[in-house]
Amino acid sequence: MRIPPGVKPVDFQAALAAFSKIVGPEWVFTSDADVDLYRDAYSPLVGEPDERFASAAVAPDSTEQVQAIVRVANQYRVPIYPISTGKNLGYGGSAPALSGSVVIDLKRMNRILEVDEANASVLVEPGVSYFDLYNHLRERGSKLWVDCPDPGWGSVVGNAIDRGGGYTMANYRNHFDSHCGMEIVLPNGELLRTGMGAIPGAKTWQQYKSGCGPWVDGMFSQANYGIVTKMGFWMMPEPEAYLRCTVRVPRYKDLIPLVDTLNQLENRRVITGFPDIATPLLGYPPTGQVQVFLEGNASYPMTDAHKALLAKADQGYSPELEAYGIANGIPYWELWVTFYGPMEVIDAQWQATQRHFRKIDGATFKVVDRLALPVDAAKIEDYHEPEFGVPSLRAFSIGARSPFNPSPSKGHMWFSPIIPRTGEAIFEANRVFSAAAKDLGMPLFQTFSMPACFWERSFIFILATPVTTDAATNRRYVEGFRKLIEIGGQHGWGEYRTAPVFQKHVMDVYSFNNHALHRLHETLKDAIDPNGILAAGRYDIWPRHLRRTGK
Amino acid sequence: MKTISRVLVPAMLLAAGSAFAAAPDGARVYQKWCAPCHAPGITHPGTHALMAKYAGQKGGVITEWPDLTTDYVRTMVRTGISVMPHFRKTEISDAELDALARYVARKP
Repeated sequence: MRIPPGVKPVDFQAALAAFSKIVGPEWVFTSDADVDLYRDAYSPLVGEPDERFASAAVAPDSTEQVQAIVRVANQYRVPIYPISTGKNLGYGGSAPALSGSVVIDLKRMNRILEVDEANASVLVEPGVSYFDLYNHLRERGSKLWVDCPDPGWGSVVGNAIDRGGGYTMANYRNHFDSHCGMEIVLPNGELLRTGMGAIPGAKTWQQYKSGCGPWVDGMFSQANYGIVTKMGFWMMPEPEAYLRCTVRVPRYKDLIPLVDTLNQLENRRVITGFPDIATPLLGYPPTGQVQVFLEGNASYPMTDAHKALLAKADQGYSPELEAYGIANGIPYWELWVTFYGPMEVIDAQWQATQRHFRKIDGATFKVVDRLALPVDAAKIEDYHEPEFGVPSLRAFSIGARSPFNPSPSKGHMWFSPIIPRTGEAIFEANRVFSAAAKDLGMPLFQTFSMPACFWERSFIFILATPVTTDAATNRRYVEGFRKLIEIGGQHGWGEYRTAPVFQKHVMDVYSFNNHALHRLHETLKDAIDPNGILAAGRYDIWPRHLRRTGK
Repeated sequence: MKTISRVLVPAMLLAAGSAFAAAPDGARVYQKWCAPCHAPGITHPGTHALMAKYAGQKGGVITEWPDLTTDYVRTMVRTGISVMPHFRKTEISDAELDALARYVARKP
């Protein structure tokens, strides 16, 4: 059995006995085989001395049990680390930031506590997955959609407090922004409700977000100041219709007005769905269609002459390649835009969209899908399911074995810097990161990489770093990943989310005024969790007694 | 009219594996945890991967394999393979895993 760092074996045994009394012995896991199930399945450090391990796991079934566990952890100074469904793959999985922590596994807290059809909101516990919520709503005939990430088996609460995203309208696909009200067990075991939930008998907990006075919800995302046990979300009412279209432009530099125009139209809510940018001349599909391409090995067809020009291009550009595309009607960029709403409204929005993009010389337009909703369940696989509020696991085609990928990876680490939502930033990020990746020997680029459009005013320049079965290769990629973080910081870019193995390096980038933000995080930690029992090291926030060794 | 349904029904419909719970239904465990990746068709990455791995030997749908053993199913669920992660006991309990293994390996 592993023992948490700094804890006497006798105290650990006493804590485990107390945990057993709280949750029942069948929900306290201490054998190596059971505790190994809390390892990060995509860890690049598997079997290495610095791989993160739990010492035990405890699975409560209620908020009251969570409170009791936290009090015991304080009594014996046992470090604990909460997880919701443990599916944060590519960003750390279910392993703790501090090795030896006891994982508090909230998967059993899987109740959907409230569905308010009129307010289009739900209140859920952290063990509820996107599949759970989707099935619950469909079984009850609800007309509410679930904005799902890819893949969709993670926690609705967990993905929100890790600030993940989805694929429908901007105000729903930012999962933290779409929340309304939290219930939190503080590190001393006290129960807190935020927003209007702070009023006893509140009538508007899921109607009004901020309550009165300082709005503290953000402190409980990507942090270690409390355990979220309930969270409300605003849901997207099922639209009447869906329209997906493409805007194709011929020249390399057209990416700049293409993105500018997209931004203007989405910020004005003319374009209402998830935008996505493909590169037909470079051979890459839009983000939302990657799995379709991986399943069928379908790509934009290319002649040998096209391939030869592409091979000679510098970061996806050469005058000859551009001329080839123009001569053969192959666009450099293909923007996919989607619209949700009444059919007559979205048709009009598409007309207005075309009018704005026509200022780009040579722009062409096409309707791809024009559908009355809901889509027949038997046909949903013809589309990117999350854009229809349907969870899916098709995203696991990324890295998986297929007839077109005979050498599957063991997982991946997401490198996810936020960059400005401009064409210029896409060019600059490609220039900077492709040169760095080449120097570091990291297989992140072929010719050009496009960002994902989850957020309204920024891109995530997301790159999958493979995890292999070779420890030395993984170690090299980890060091390379850390160097990329540093290089990003030198250009004013920072990650939006990362695994514990990189959290110190990412937070070091957020260093304005001698790390004023990090120092505030530590001040808060000392005040809220003086014994330092909760999620030590998460996003590099260490309790006082671990600050020298933890880093 | 405002309608609110307040429900305290666990979203996870499967029995938790206690001595007093009904015996787990392997088909339901499969449907919840495995089918999204292992149902027939290339839109399911697990099936697509196994089609490639065993091309010319057998198909990619695990529930149709004649040689699958319950022990192999148990091992895969608890260790994972390639991009398929392992599953914790709060997700699939030992009792559920027994039922699942019998269902997938077609050993009633």
